[in-house]
Amino acid sequence: MNIVIIGNGISGISTARWLRKLSDHNITVISSESDHFYSRTALMYIYMGHMRYQDTKPYEDYFWEKNRIDLVNDHVEGVNYETKTLTLKKGNTLQYDKLVLALGSKSNKFGWPGQDLNKVTGLYNLQDLEKIEAYSDGLNRAVIVGGGLIGIELAEMFHSRHIPVTMFVREKSFWDAVLPQEESQMITRHILKNGIDLRLGTNLKEIVDDGKGNACAAIALESGDKVDCGYVGLTAGVSPNVDWLKESGLKINRGIIVNDKLETNQSDVYAIGDCAEQANPLPGRRGVEAIWYTGRMMGETCAYNICGHDISYNPGIWFNSAKFIDIEYQVYGEVLAKPKEHHKALYWEHEDGEKSVRILYDINDESIVGFNLMGIRFRHEVCEKWLREKTNVKEVIANLTLANFDPEFYKKHEEEIAKSFSNQCDLNFSTPKKSNLDRVLSFLKA
Amino acid sequence: MSEVYKSMSISNPHPPFEDGVQKAMAAIAGIGLLILILATIGVESISTPLNLALSIGLMSIGTIGFAYRAFRIKPAGIKNNGVWFSSAMSRGVIGWIAGIVITGFYIVLYWYEGLLGLGASGAANTGLVGFFDPLAMAIKGTPASQWFVYGTLYTVAILIFGVRFIWRYRHNRYQVIRTLSVMGFQLFFAYLIPEILESLNGEYATKWFDKDMKNMWPLDYDMFDAWHINNMSSTGILGWGFLIFSLLMIFVVSPFLTYKYGKRWYCSWVCGCGGLAETAGDSFRHLSDKSMNAWKIERWMIHSILVFVTIMTIAVVYGYLGDGSQYYITRTMFTMIVVAVLVIVGGAFYYFMNKRKDAKKDLQKIIMGIAAVIAVILLINFLTGSGNAFFIDNYTFKKWYGFLIGAAFSGVVGVGFYPLMGSRVWCRFGCPMAAILGIQQKLFSRFRITTNGSQCISCGNCSTYCEMGIDVRSYAQKGQNIVRASCVGCGVCAAVCPRGVLKLENGATDVFEKTIDIRNNHVQMDTI
Repeated sequence: MNIVIIGNGISGISTARWLRKLSDHNITVISSESDHFYSRTALMYIYMGHMRYQDTKPYEDYFWEKNRIDLVNDHVEGVNYETKTLTLKKGNTLQYDKLVLALGSKSNKFGWPGQDLNKVTGLYNLQDLEKIEAYSDGLNRAVIVGGGLIGIELAEMFHSRHIPVTMFVREKSFWDAVLPQEESQMITRHILKNGIDLRLGTNLKEIVDDGKGNACAAIALESGDKVDCGYVGLTAGVSPNVDWLKESGLKINRGIIVNDKLETNQSDVYAIGDCAEQANPLPGRRGVEAIWYTGRMMGETCAYNICGHDISYNPGIWFNSAKFIDIEYQVYGEVLAKPKEHHKALYWEHEDGEKSVRILYDINDESIVGFNLMGIRFRHEVCEKWLREKTNVKEVIANLTLANFDPEFYKKHEEEIAKSFSNQCDLNFSTPKKSNLDRVLSFLKA
Repeated sequence: MSEVYKSMSISNPHPPFEDGVQKAMAAIAGIGLLILILATIGVESISTPLNLALSIGLMSIGTIGFAYRAFRIKPAGIKNNGVWFSSAMSRGVIGWIAGIVITGFYIVLYWYEGLLGLGASGAANTGLVGFFDPLAMAIKGTPASQWFVYGTLYTVAILIFGVRFIWRYRHNRYQVIRTLSVMGFQLFFAYLIPEILESLNGEYATKWFDKDMKNMWPLDYDMFDAWHINNMSSTGILGWGFLIFSLLMIFVVSPFLTYKYGKRWYCSWVCGCGGLAETAGDSFRHLSDKSMNAWKIERWMIHSILVFVTIMTIAVVYGYLGDGSQYYITRTMFTMIVVAVLVIVGGAFYYFMNKRKDAKKDLQKIIMGIAAVIAVILLINFLTGSGNAFFIDNYTFKKWYGFLIGAAFSGVVGVGFYPLMGSRVWCRFGCPMAAILGIQQKLFSRFRITTNGSQCISCGNCSTYCEMGIDVRSYAQKGQNIVRASCVGCGVCAAVCPRGVLKLENGATDVFEKTIDIRNNHVQMDTI
C-alpha cells in the first residue's frame, strides 16, 4: 500500500514513524518547507544563536533511508480524490492508496491595510525565519502585532539581538484570554522588565508603505500612534492552512473536518495536526488545537487507524507548556482565565513575583481540576494521575512534593503554598510530607 | 517597579555582547597575560613577585569583570544568545587560533619544559618557571617546576571561570553548588593540600608520591608503579594512609558513591579534568559531536583504553614482583588475586546482566573484555615467564601509554581541542576512570535523568548543550529516562530545557528497569 503524507511537521512525521513501526507499507512524505523534519518550536533558538538549523533536526539524516521513509521536497498543487492522484509543482504526479493531510497552519491576517507589504511576516516556518533574518540587518525597530505565545517568542528573538521591540497587544493584560489574571500580570511585568515596549489594549490600524513596497511604520487603532519600524511581525494567532483545498470537495469549516478516527469526508483521506478540526470535540476541548502535543498524538493515532486498528482520537488530560522569556509555564488539566462557577482557584505567588502555583478544585466534591505553574516545574505523570482519579484536593496538597520536578537543591515552597492555600478557603490543608523519587515511583505504580 | 524601562530608544536595557566595560576588562586581562608572556620569553626585569601577583590578579579581575557584565547584571536565566554567532565559540577563526595556541602550550609543557625555563640539572629556573619561584617558595619552600606553574594556572582558571559559571547559572542552585564543589576540590585537594603536605614531608622529600586524594587509578596510571608503591610504603603513616585510602577509593568508595548518585559525584563534582571542562570549557560544550558515529567511536575508544590500562598496570606490577623476597606478594599470588578480583567483577556483571533488560549487549561486551584481560594475564604468567606483556618491556609499553594517553590525549587533545571538539573530548573518548564509573552507572546506579511525561517539544537544546555528545532529545522525545554510561550529570540539559522536561535524580526502587517506560506512546497497545 502507498501511503502519502503531505507535511513533514510533528504530525506528519509522527504518522510516518508509527506507520513504519506498525507496517511494511510504502511511506512518502512531501514537503516544500524543508528537506528534513526539524522542530518548529526551535525556530526562535536558531535566530537567537542557541542552535543551528541542523541542531533542530530530531533525527539524523540517515534515519529516513534506514526506515524506508521517502522524503520528497515538492509542493502539492492539487488532489484528485477519485483517481487518488496528487499533482506536484515540479510537474510529477503521485498515486496514493491512503492520503494523510498534515498541512499545519498559517499566520492570521485580519485584512489590515499593508499586511502584505515586504518586511511583514508571521513566524511559523523556515521561510518566515529566513525573511526575518534578512530584515534584521540594520533594523531600527520591530513592531509585533499580537500577544500570544508566538508574539512573545518573536519579541524575545529581537530582544536577544538588541533590536528595539514594540508589541501591539489587543488584551488589557498579556495573554489574559488564556492565563488567569495574576499569571497574566506576572508575564506583563516580566516583559516590561526586559525593556520591551508593550502596548496593551492596542489594535493595529494599518501598516504604512514607505513608497517602495516595504513596511516603514505601524499605526495603532486606539491612540493613532505611529511607530516607525523596519519590520512588522503578525502573530495574532494561526489558522489551518487549508485555503488551497477549499474547492476540492473536502469538507472544511475552520479546519478539515475529521471524525474521531481522523478520517475526512473523502475516503482514504485523513487529516491531522493543526489543519484538522474535530467534528465532535471531546468535552472541554476545542475543535482545532494547534499545538505540538496534539499533533504528535493525532499522528500516532492516525497511523494505527491506517493500519487497520480502530482507535478513536483521545488527547487525554489537557497539558501544555511554554516559556515567556525567562519564565517557564506549565499547565495540567482545566485552568481557564476565569474559572467555572463550581471551580475554586487557589493561588500562591513567590515573593520574587516570578514563580507561582495555581490549583483548581471542584467545590462540589473537592476533587482536583487543574494546575497552572509559573517558574516551577511539576511532574506530568503525577498531576495526570491526580486529575484522572479526581483526587481530593486535600490529599493533593498533603502530597504536593510528589509533583515537584524542579532540579535538585532548589528551594522547596510546598509548606508555604499549603499555608497560603489554607487562608484562601475553608479547607484546612495539612503540611505537605517530604518526598523523594522512590515515593513518587510507588505512588505512580499504586 | 524601578526595573521597568520605558525608553523607546533602548529596547534591551542590558549591554550587547560586548560593551565598553567588557572591552576594558578584556584589555586588563590582556595586560596580565602580556606580563606572563614577557616573563616566559625571558624578560628578566619583569620577573618579580609583584609582577607575578599583578599578572594573575589582572587576568582574574579582567575575566571576572568581563563575566560580570556578560551575565551578572542581566536577569537570571539561560543565556545562550549568540553562541553560534561567536567566532570563538563556533569554530571560527578565533576558535581555531585558541585551539592551536592551547595545544601548542601543552606540547611545550609536556615535552619542551626547557622552553618554559625549567632549570636543567639543578640550575636555577628562568623564564615562566622562574617567574613562579617566589610563589612556590611561599607555599612549599622549594623552587617551582613546570608542573607547579601548570597546577597554579589550572587552579586559577577553574576559580575565575567558576565564578563566571556561577553567575551564568545563578538561578539554578544545582549548578551553583556543583560549581562551588569543583572549585573547592581543585583549590584544596588538588592544589593546596598536596603542596603543603609536600612541604611538611621534609625527611621524605625525595620520596614523592601523589598526594591528590581524588586522583584515583586508572586516571592516575602511575599509581601501582614500583617507585610509587615504594615511596608510599616507605614514608610512614602518610604514605601508608594514602596507599590504603587509594585502594579503598577504587574498590569501595567510588562504586558506592556511583551506586548512590551516578558517576557525576566524581566527573562533574570532584574531578579536576571535569572541573576545568565545566568552568573554562563551558563556552565550548555545544561543540561536542552528537552523531551516532561519534557515539560508536566513543564506546570503542574509551573501553579499549580501559582494557589497555588494566592489562598494562597488571603487567607492570607483575614485572616488578619477584619471588616474594622484596615484596610480601609473589607473582603467582598476585596473579591469583587479580584473576580472583576479575572473576568476582565478571560474576557481578553477570548477576546484574540478568537483572537488567535493557543492557544485555553492553554486558556481553564487558564480560568479553574481562575474559580477555584474564586470558592475557594467564598468558603472561604461564607462557612468557619474563613478566613482559605485548612482547616488549612493560615499562617501555607504559612509557608509550604515558606519552599517547596520559599526555597527548588527556592534556594536549583534552584541553587543546576545547574550542574545536568541545570541552569533554578526553572525558568522553579517553578517560579510563570515566569508563569504569560509566559501566557502574549503566549497570547498577540509582541515578537517571527523568523525562517529564510527554512535555518534550524536540527543540534540541538538551542535545546541543550536552558536553558529552549525548543525543538527550532522542530519549526525551520518546518520554524515556536517560541512563547513559557517559553522562557526567552536569545538569545543563535540564537547565537549558525550555519546557522543564528533564530532572537528574536518584531512586532505589527501579534501578534495573528505570529506562523501560516509554511515556510518549500515546496509544497503548493493550487497549487495542
